[in-house]
Amino acid sequence: MCGTCGCGEDNTVRIQKPGESSDQHTHTHSHTHNHGDIEHSHDHIHDHSHSNPHSHDDLHSQQHSHSNGHTHEHSHNNEILIEQDILQKNNLLAERNRGYFEAKNIIALNLVSSPGSGKTSLLERSIKELGKEINFFVIEGDQQTMNDANRINEAGAPVVQVNTGNGCHLDSDMVNKAVKELDIKDNSVLVIENVGNLVCPSMFDLGESKRVVVISVTEGDDKPIKYPTMFASSDLCIINKTDLLPYVDFDIEKAKEYALQVNHHLEIIELSVKTGEGMDKWYDWIKKV
Amino acid sequence: MHELSIAMNIVEIAEEESKKAGATKVSEIELEIGTMSGIVIEALDFALDEAKKNSVLSNAKITINNIHAKARCIDCNHEFDIEELFTPCPKCNSFRNDIIQGKELKVKRLIAQ
Repeated sequence: MCGTCGCGEDNTVRIQKPGESSDQHTHTHSHTHNHGDIEHSHDHIHDHSHSNPHSHDDLHSQQHSHSNGHTHEHSHNNEILIEQDILQKNNLLAERNRGYFEAKNIIALNLVSSPGSGKTSLLERSIKELGKEINFFVIEGDQQTMNDANRINEAGAPVVQVNTGNGCHLDSDMVNKAVKELDIKDNSVLVIENVGNLVCPSMFDLGESKRVVVISVTEGDDKPIKYPTMFASSDLCIINKTDLLPYVDFDIEKAKEYALQVNHHLEIIELSVKTGEGMDKWYDWIKKV
Repeated sequence: MHELSIAMNIVEIAEEESKKAGATKVSEIELEIGTMSGIVIEALDFALDEAKKNSVLSNAKITINNIHAKARCIDCNHEFDIEELFTPCPKCNSFRNDIIQGKELKVKRLIAQ
């Protein structure tokens, strides 16, 4: 979907491994919009060839409906009870992902936070220190660039980058596609690093086993009540950069109190990726998921 | 911004359901959106205006029922309205509560023509 005006398809999402040239796995759709006009013009230029013999089905069925002798002078109102969750499609695919992970005994962690809280650094250090014990696989979500995937690749874990283009969150379909590129081994840990955003990703189930929200002490200690939806839907809250506590006004006890007010099931781990203090608690947590 | 994805999903559901019913247009659609669903109604309205263009919903009357959130206190079992996810129980002041209503995000019904 075009994240700007809602028309078009997933044309801006790009899924790519480090070292791959950008045109290997993407279909380029050039896409023109006429926002001022009543009619939208859509020019999709598809690089791949279309060999689908059923591509005109829609047209046929429309013709059928007009050749059955009915005149449409009397419109029949037909009330349909739907009672369908608007996110059903995402939720169904998320459950498929979850089933795949469970069958292969993969622990899938959805890592969420605002930009700059240290998600990627946390992962880098975890891969370097725990990589011998646990097989890590990583899906990196960002609007643009391969930067994070390159960092994870250097740290030594197989990684796929999902660039969402205009999108503000990952969804279960992107994860489903990325997983197919990763070839994840049984009994491993898959970390899905979501787009840095404390609002939108909270609504989209990816099929994860646990959701981990990261905040850092350079942010406000009222983050949990400013963005409660994310904290309410998470299982673990990591408070990062504790080595900076002496230099900032962040009240860690207050932050923890706020977080527990929003979600009394939330587990909390304080750590510093930089100094390594508290990292053992995070490793213990991963091992017992 | 995620409201646009939600609006697109609503249009998709309406397209599928009206196709199943052999209809080409939807005259009315009713949605249920809870106050704790993570949706800003104004943003959804705005997104729907764009998303419904050239779809079965283009001329539909869209009704959004905003469902007010309720919670049940785990400690004293009291049920109460909540404005925020961190509203304490008015009876015993506990923050330990479960949301029992207000996370709705669904298409309730539509009238196809």
